Amino acid sequence: MSFDSHDGAANGRRGLSRRRFVQGLAAGGAVAGLGLWPGTSWALRGPGQPNVLSGTAFDLTIGETPVNFTGRTRPAITVNGSLPAPLLRWKEGTTVNLRVANALPAGSIHGDETSIHWHGIVLPANMDGVPGLSFHGIHRGEAYQYRFNVRQAGTYWYHSHSGTQEQAGLYGPLVIDPIEPEPFSYDRDHVVMLSDWTDLGGDALMSRLKKMAGHDNYYKRTVGDFFRDTKRDGLKATLADRRMWGAMRMTPTDLSDVNATTYTYLMNGTTALGNWTGLFRSGEKVRLRFINGSAMTYFDVRIPGLKMTVVAADGQYVHPVTVDEFRIAVAETYDVIVEPTGQDAFTVFAQDAARTGYVSGTLAVRDGLRAPVPALDPRPILTMADMGMDHGGMAGMDGGGMAGMDHGAMSGMEHVQHGAAPATDPHAGHDMGAMQGHAMAGMHHGGGTQPHPASETGNPLVDNQAMTPTSRLNDPGNGLRDNGRKALTYAMLRSAFEDPDGREPGRDIELHLTGHMEKFAWSFNGIKFSSAEPLRMNYGERLRIVLVNDTMMTHPIHLHGMWSDVEDDQGNFMVRKHTVDMPPGSKRSYRVRADALGNWAYHCHLLYHMDAGMMRAVRVEE
Amino acid sequence: MNVLTPTTLALALVTSLALDAPVFAQTMDHSTMSMPSPDASQPQEPATPKKKPVPAKKKGPAQQHAQSKNRQPAPAGAQPKATVDDMSSMEGMDSGMQHDMSSMQGMDHSRMRHDMSAMPGMEMGHGTMDHSTTDHEASPTSLPRTPIPPVTDADRAAAVPPGGTHAMTDNAIHGYVLLNRLEAWNADPGMGQAWEGQGWIGTDLNRAWLRSEAERVDGRTEAADLEVLYGRSVSTWWDVVGGIRHDFKPGGSQTFAAIGVQGLAPQKFEVEATAYLGEGGQTAARLEAEYALLLTNRLILQPQVEIEAYGRNDLARGIGSGLSTAEAGLRLRYEFTRRFAPYIGVVGERAFGRTADLRRAAGEDIHDTRFVAGIRIWF
Repeated sequence: MSFDSHDGAANGRRGLSRRRFVQGLAAGGAVAGLGLWPGTSWALRGPGQPNVLSGTAFDLTIGETPVNFTGRTRPAITVNGSLPAPLLRWKEGTTVNLRVANALPAGSIHGDETSIHWHGIVLPANMDGVPGLSFHGIHRGEAYQYRFNVRQAGTYWYHSHSGTQEQAGLYGPLVIDPIEPEPFSYDRDHVVMLSDWTDLGGDALMSRLKKMAGHDNYYKRTVGDFFRDTKRDGLKATLADRRMWGAMRMTPTDLSDVNATTYTYLMNGTTALGNWTGLFRSGEKVRLRFINGSAMTYFDVRIPGLKMTVVAADGQYVHPVTVDEFRIAVAETYDVIVEPTGQDAFTVFAQDAARTGYVSGTLAVRDGLRAPVPALDPRPILTMADMGMDHGGMAGMDGGGMAGMDHGAMSGMEHVQHGAAPATDPHAGHDMGAMQGHAMAGMHHGGGTQPHPASETGNPLVDNQAMTPTSRLNDPGNGLRDNGRKALTYAMLRSAFEDPDGREPGRDIELHLTGHMEKFAWSFNGIKFSSAEPLRMNYGERLRIVLVNDTMMTHPIHLHGMWSDVEDDQGNFMVRKHTVDMPPGSKRSYRVRADALGNWAYHCHLLYHMDAGMMRAVRVEE
Repeated sequence: MNVLTPTTLALALVTSLALDAPVFAQTMDHSTMSMPSPDASQPQEPATPKKKPVPAKKKGPAQQHAQSKNRQPAPAGAQPKATVDDMSSMEGMDSGMQHDMSSMQGMDHSRMRHDMSAMPGMEMGHGTMDHSTTDHEASPTSLPRTPIPPVTDADRAAAVPPGGTHAMTDNAIHGYVLLNRLEAWNADPGMGQAWEGQGWIGTDLNRAWLRSEAERVDGRTEAADLEVLYGRSVSTWWDVVGGIRHDFKPGGSQTFAAIGVQGLAPQKFEVEATAYLGEGGQTAARLEAEYALLLTNRLILQPQVEIEAYGRNDLARGIGSGLSTAEAGLRLRYEFTRRFAPYIGVVGERAFGRTADLRRAAGEDIHDTRFVAGIRIWF
């Protein structure tokens, strides 16, 4: 998916949009029989190298296209026949016109309505592409004319906001060239868009998650693990550990809801066997624009043999930071610069954060080369810290003996069932009295027991509460700690500009990410989207959103229409993002400048969490 | 179920469980609430399908300048021609289509509201008091560095909600059918067959449940029942269920009113406890619990117990009052897929008290042990 003017990769692709078949790769025996993977012609013509559309006027047609990534042919939903959708290249300061037509066939498994949301783009509310909030959606046979001014630059993406179309292929990269020169230089530019594919329809997958949320977890602890842990930690500690997780009715190997059991991971629309290849000449600086367009998958990305210098996050410049590896949450983008030299090929390796699968591609001096592909890292398990319980709590539990276990320490985790702690006052965080507001700022990342909204108490949709969440800004994430590589953390991300607004937030909104693993029900504050009223913001105000993750899952939280200016542990502006990752047991805050009138979606960007209710409308009013 | 209070339930059923007692909290039925749907009769005006400008496609010749960064040649035919004035088409949609949010004020999370009247004071307060925390960044300003653009009529027009609602998939109806046991054994004489299954259809909090158990020996149905229940989640791990149980066998058919709890007890024991009140004044209780012990992630040992008790003697059906039977099973299944798992197992059943007396009198054993083979499937 290279699109430099000098490498010619963008040329001659017009035929692709007219292909009736986007032929992927069967990951099974059919491919093994090929022995050598056909190089040049495939890599240049294949689905890993989709077309590029640039300018200010675009015709995008959404339809069904058969694809085959697993050995079975399935109808994907595509834009102009390609998966991912064509790379759109805009220019900051222009006005873009995008005519999006719905050419889905009658009876399509993808439904009869579609939409495109321009992820991370600041634009008028009726251009945002969320059916029911921004507009009516685009029905079969209709077209919608998007038109707005491009007021930003960087790497973004676009995707459907209808049903589960985002799972089935309706996502594509978006690159906006800046007016001002960029604060870094490079010789080549490749988009690396990661995604997850399943032959299941999105609705069928959602239905399966509701029936059996743990379907994909073939990594639960077994009797054998029990004996192994007993040998290592002693019987008492092992029993205590098992009792604790058992009391929560959870399993510490629950790292993701859907994993490689269901998914085939794609890089620029092709599987690891398809081997997307980005070309370089030795000594060149290569800009890689990583976009995680997955429905449910966090990826840990590295290029063995190369350091990566992160220069932008979510499209916005950051002070360059050099790392070996980074975790990219769903919907995030990271621009990195690498300087490949000394080898003809390097593997771009993206393993899912749960270590169940990977997709890889190659940076190479010519097509057809491959470098060794690393093995998956060992699977981590969740700790009590991941559950928002600190080590103090753990120690107390160990010393407390068996009797105290269930009802002592565990009552903290489960006070859903035992009544709210006295400190629980949902109004505290929202009190507009100046002093309380101030005290709140001090409490952000501080100790003490985390209060919870009253709506979580006794709520059948809430199965867990974090008692001592922390910002975890210095934590690269479960599975990336102490692995011998330098992994990116949020604390390393510093915007290359000062707080663009500069005002102190006038008030705080605290929201808790809540869920029920077994029911596969997800919500904010225990209230699903359909039962919640919009969050109200006053036009022009600066406010702080404080998120507390009460679940054992990670959640990438995305606010439409406005930036999320993530704060550091002291409450200072740190980095501007459009999607804020919330690992389990974390409490993070960011500032929002309510400068976009209208109704906006605010949700977890894990597709099935959003569809299950982890979403709110935000209403910015005059 | 609506006639019994949660307290009665707890007394009748839960005390014997000695498990983490469910909290019968009063919860709002979120599923019955929905955003008010304003009149959406005004159709969306589709963009005029007239001829559009040619989409800009990059088609310049390859330029092989390694130093040319990522500059794009201005593409030909990329005129920013606004052929459709979408703003004006949107304007037609505004009147009468706004959500009436005021009608939602009674909802439970009104705490999300914020008293904005205190805002100006707040900003001042922070502006003057916050130096300690902001030493190392530019000091906060009371006015935004980037000015807030004044709202224009175009902004207002663009901000008008479309009417209708976002598709609310979060209360969608889902369903599940589990044939937990579908098994056979050598009954000597003949074969024995049994099933035990359940299914639900509904939302996260409100579900209709079906449960059924049946046993045949040597071609003769010895017991068969079907329960149709409404279940409601009342706490994180517990549902209250109420409805009807119909016994086809033993004896003539009879019907009970049923009420109970089911859920996931600590340590992940699946538990069902149900009380029954029959037509003829018969009462009964049934307690079932099972567990999944993972030998591997596919080879799973499932212990299960089921205990039944009756309030009255029912000689025709061979039932005596008090604890009547207990059954314990141990089944080892292999999950070829999650949905399909054949198993083998051993099941022991024993009659107690008056029921045992009746069996002895009839010349039957009060113990029964059998080796079973079967499949567990769900869909």
